Amino acid sequence: MIAIIDYGMGNLRSVEKALTYVGAEAVITQDPAVLERAAGVILPGVGAFAQAMANLRAAGLIDPIHQALASGKPFLGICLGLQLLFETSEERFDDGPELPRGLGALRGRVRRFPDGLKVPQIGWNTLRFPKETRLFAGIEPGSHVYFVHSYYAEPADSSVTAAVTEYGIEYCSAVEVDNVMAVQFHPEKSSRVGLQILSNFAALCR
Amino acid sequence: MLAKRIIPCLDVRNGRVVKGTRFAEIQDAGDPVELAAFYDLAGADEIVFYDITASAEGRRTMIEVARRAAEQVFIPFTVGGGVSDVQQMRALLSAGADKISINSAAVRRPDLINEGAERFGSQCVVLSIDCLRRTRPDGSVWWEVVIDGGRVPTGMDVLRWAEEGVRRGAGELVLNSIDADGTKDGYDNDLNRTVAERVDVPVIASGGAGTLQHLVDGIRAGKADAVLAASIFHFGQYTIAEAKAYMRAAGIPVR
Repeated sequence: MIAIIDYGMGNLRSVEKALTYVGAEAVITQDPAVLERAAGVILPGVGAFAQAMANLRAAGLIDPIHQALASGKPFLGICLGLQLLFETSEERFDDGPELPRGLGALRGRVRRFPDGLKVPQIGWNTLRFPKETRLFAGIEPGSHVYFVHSYYAEPADSSVTAAVTEYGIEYCSAVEVDNVMAVQFHPEKSSRVGLQILSNFAALCR
Repeated sequence: MLAKRIIPCLDVRNGRVVKGTRFAEIQDAGDPVELAAFYDLAGADEIVFYDITASAEGRRTMIEVARRAAEQVFIPFTVGGGVSDVQQMRALLSAGADKISINSAAVRRPDLINEGAERFGSQCVVLSIDCLRRTRPDGSVWWEVVIDGGRVPTGMDVLRWAEEGVRRGAGELVLNSIDADGTKDGYDNDLNRTVAERVDVPVIASGGAGTLQHLVDGIRAGKADAVLAASIFHFGQYTIAEAKAYMRAAGIPVR
């Protein structure tokens, strides 16, 4: 069973239905006990970085997520769920001196796309793979996936980068380090390619 | 590079596709969800379900369409038509819709755009504008916003309304040319370019596509980020793959 973490950041039904479609059993949950029991965990999310961290904290999910990350079980961040894995984000909550802090499972920060681009990036863009990963097994380089985002992750250690995409700049659009995987795009909205990626993840959760 | 999108639009009345479709692959050509799933497999980049039922019951039917689409359609889909408050937006989004398109209700009460963007994010709010070409006494052209299915002129300038809509939080704009709609003579590229050069959100051309060259012109001359079309695909005149191949050959990045 794959646990999809519900913390009030966006609609999770599409993720659940896409997993069902590829033959995986998925549940939407807020319950730490379910996360602990799950064979794999998905952290989805759409919305503001600081609000997402506040919601995770309020729901008592920060420690359970760190435990899931440390447990070695497959973990997949989607969209904001990728960004939250990093240390800080330029998506400020207020004008204070501190950048909002994320989960810090990966070193690096989340940055806003440079001026002069249409932001958010909305639409289909391509993936280039700097290394071989389990998540993208069987996916052709140059495949299109669906993005909606204004911020992107800049890992301190570029060896975590599993996919690169170009939108004005080249940026990290996916990461994979051992059991920790995350994608900036929406696999549940990326047609056959996205379903294959979710199927790859589900296969690791057995 | 970000691809330009092709978006088939399905008109739905009481949960059924209005215009007939001609695909051997489709068993129930009247089922919007089956047709949308077919378009997903065929390579469409997004789907729009446009509810032309003017009743509360029709809107409830659209929630069911969105719910079923979420189980079978794995590209983004937008639901529009008659949406007038955030409760309806919420119901459609929780059923699985990715975006909600609003039109006349936003003209009547512009705060609807702000409310939708604040609660659900700008990426969920598509402002759809029905546009009528007008000529001033000095010969210059402008476009008037019309509402209620193109029947009621408002006196509002499309460019001003588009800019205001983006300021209020609309994440994308659909410009539907009432003049070009149904003509198969091509999009109103002057309209689309005029707006696209002034806003920093994606502009989707709508109304008038009759050939594959029209799709290319919509992107090139109209500077649109996406092209919406109905009849050229529904009646099997062209496949999505043919449209993509034609656009690719013209040098346009497509999926």
